Amino acid sequence: MLRFLARRLLIIPLILLGLSIVTFTVSRLVPGDPVKLAAGPQARPEQIIKLTEEFGLDRPLPEQYFMYMTGLLQGNWGYSISTKREVGPDLVTYFAATLELTIVSTLIGLAVGIPLAVVSARWRDRWPDHFSRFISIGAVSVPVFWIAIVLQIVLAQNLRLLPVSGRFDPRMSYPETYTGLLLLDTLIGGNIPAFLTTLRYLIIPALCQSLLVIALVTRQLRGDLLDIVRKDFVLVARANGIPERVIWTRYLMKNALIATVSMMGFLIGFQLGGAVLIEYVLDWPGIGQYALKAALQLDFQPIMGSTLFIGCVVVLVNLITDLLYRVIDPRIGLS
Amino acid sequence: MTTLSSPPLSRWSRWKADHASQITDLRRGIYRFSRNRLSVIGLTLVILLLIIAITAPLWVPYPGDVTGSINMAERLKPPSAEHLFGTDDAGRDVFSRTIMATRTSFQVGVIILVVAITIGVTLGAIAGYFGGWVNQVIMRLTDIMLTFPGIFLALAISAALGRGVLNAMLALSITWWPGYCRLVEAQMLKMREEDFVAGARAIGASNTRIIFRHILPNLLTAIIIKASMDFGFAVLNLAALGFIGVGVLPPEPDWGSMISAGRRFIPGSWWYSTFPGLFMFVTVLAFNLLGDGLRDLLDPNSTVRS
Repeated sequence: MLRFLARRLLIIPLILLGLSIVTFTVSRLVPGDPVKLAAGPQARPEQIIKLTEEFGLDRPLPEQYFMYMTGLLQGNWGYSISTKREVGPDLVTYFAATLELTIVSTLIGLAVGIPLAVVSARWRDRWPDHFSRFISIGAVSVPVFWIAIVLQIVLAQNLRLLPVSGRFDPRMSYPETYTGLLLLDTLIGGNIPAFLTTLRYLIIPALCQSLLVIALVTRQLRGDLLDIVRKDFVLVARANGIPERVIWTRYLMKNALIATVSMMGFLIGFQLGGAVLIEYVLDWPGIGQYALKAALQLDFQPIMGSTLFIGCVVVLVNLITDLLYRVIDPRIGLS
Repeated sequence: MTTLSSPPLSRWSRWKADHASQITDLRRGIYRFSRNRLSVIGLTLVILLLIIAITAPLWVPYPGDVTGSINMAERLKPPSAEHLFGTDDAGRDVFSRTIMATRTSFQVGVIILVVAITIGVTLGAIAGYFGGWVNQVIMRLTDIMLTFPGIFLALAISAALGRGVLNAMLALSITWWPGYCRLVEAQMLKMREEDFVAGARAIGASNTRIIFRHILPNLLTAIIIKASMDFGFAVLNLAALGFIGVGVLPPEPDWGSMISAGRRFIPGSWWYSTFPGLFMFVTVLAFNLLGDGLRDLLDPNSTVRS
């Protein structure tokens, strides 16, 4: 266990180093001058030169990279030219919003996906199977930014059931922050109206985001269930007269869910970065939206910061899933 | 060479005899594919969409609207017999533009996949065939790329590079190759131990020849099937870039930028955003249904129950 952990922990810095080099190269080799964009069209040439020097953008690229990484190792995520704010604290705030969205959409995805998969596998090649396969393929085919707009039109603008966009009602006083996850914060503060408001703002983004989870969970679990139902121990259980219902709930699920659990890690990591479109459309103040705004402004340090931040989180999530996978399934060695 | 003693066969029947096992495989494959109604629907839709993409310029009702023509008298008209999907804020026919966008999307989608497959397959083949530190370097790089949500990186890259379809293609190709690299590397590791590779090496075939002539043809089916599943997503991601405003440049029609432009006229002119999105959904769905059926064919575990 320890050796496995040590080896995995050794690779992580290498992966992050690679990611930082890739992002740095891509974000610095672009045409266009971020300083000119930030200083505005009226800026005088000497102002631009001064700003360029201030941000160290006149130095050679390797030196800039080295400077950035040295700062990062000291916990300094840099400074945003466009927002005129420190990147580090902003990343944490925005990331919390994305994390909250991801957790809720993952829960919705599991709640819908697992039953769909079971129904699909149990009645294979009959109409429940066709139905649930169609749902799962359909869910992954929907353009998220489009379905977000459609839900906005129908649920928010026509039926007036839910707010159109954003994370919290601007007319209400913003709840006190403990964890950054608003649902949790409002519960801790005992502020039930604020909790309900938060929930209402979450529904449309979480529904859109959960489509991918539903699709992938259904596909994975259905396949695994179909594999396992052919195994000998199921035959024995049936021969012993154990009711089909018990076989499906107790015997099969325990074995079939293993791969789904390991996929959840990938899915959560993917959602943290992949939420960018939903965040953009529904004005959800998440890390994807933050990065996208920075990229459109050619604001280099927030792009680097958010990319590396997401990279760190994804790598960590993958490590945890790997460990979890080995804990719940002792048949897999730790090599 | 001496002549054969058996009666002369026509070229066709000789070819049939030589490829008997492949033909049986193909027949069985077609049978199994046709048993899955959803994939047959997918295939039909894909063929229909391809025909639409190829022939669209011949029959689109308002070809002038596809480029920059402006007709303020017809501005934001709801769907009707003349304008099936209504008109947009410049009085252009949304139906014509949606249909013509199929062409652009398909062209760009094919280019993205071709570039990504070329990079991915080459790197994967090198990594898998040579192993050792070459494998380590390439596969760790692939891991980095796979770890990272592609759309996030693609958006950042194309936002930084500036708008335009070329930059969008570049950004998507850069983020798309790792999947193929992983696929080919895994198969390559297995294949290089096979007897036929050892045989080819024994008669003095070069590494390049072994990789490209002996091993890669065996992986062709898997690559094609992955590509058919990926195509829908490539089109989807291109539209996502267009939606953000960093993809296809207006007035060139593009689903993403149409949906984005239509947002300003919601809820009054709902058709402007809705129909391009719906059409796009059907397109992506068709490719995914097809891909799903094809994957079942390859999966040795799936059997047809009669």
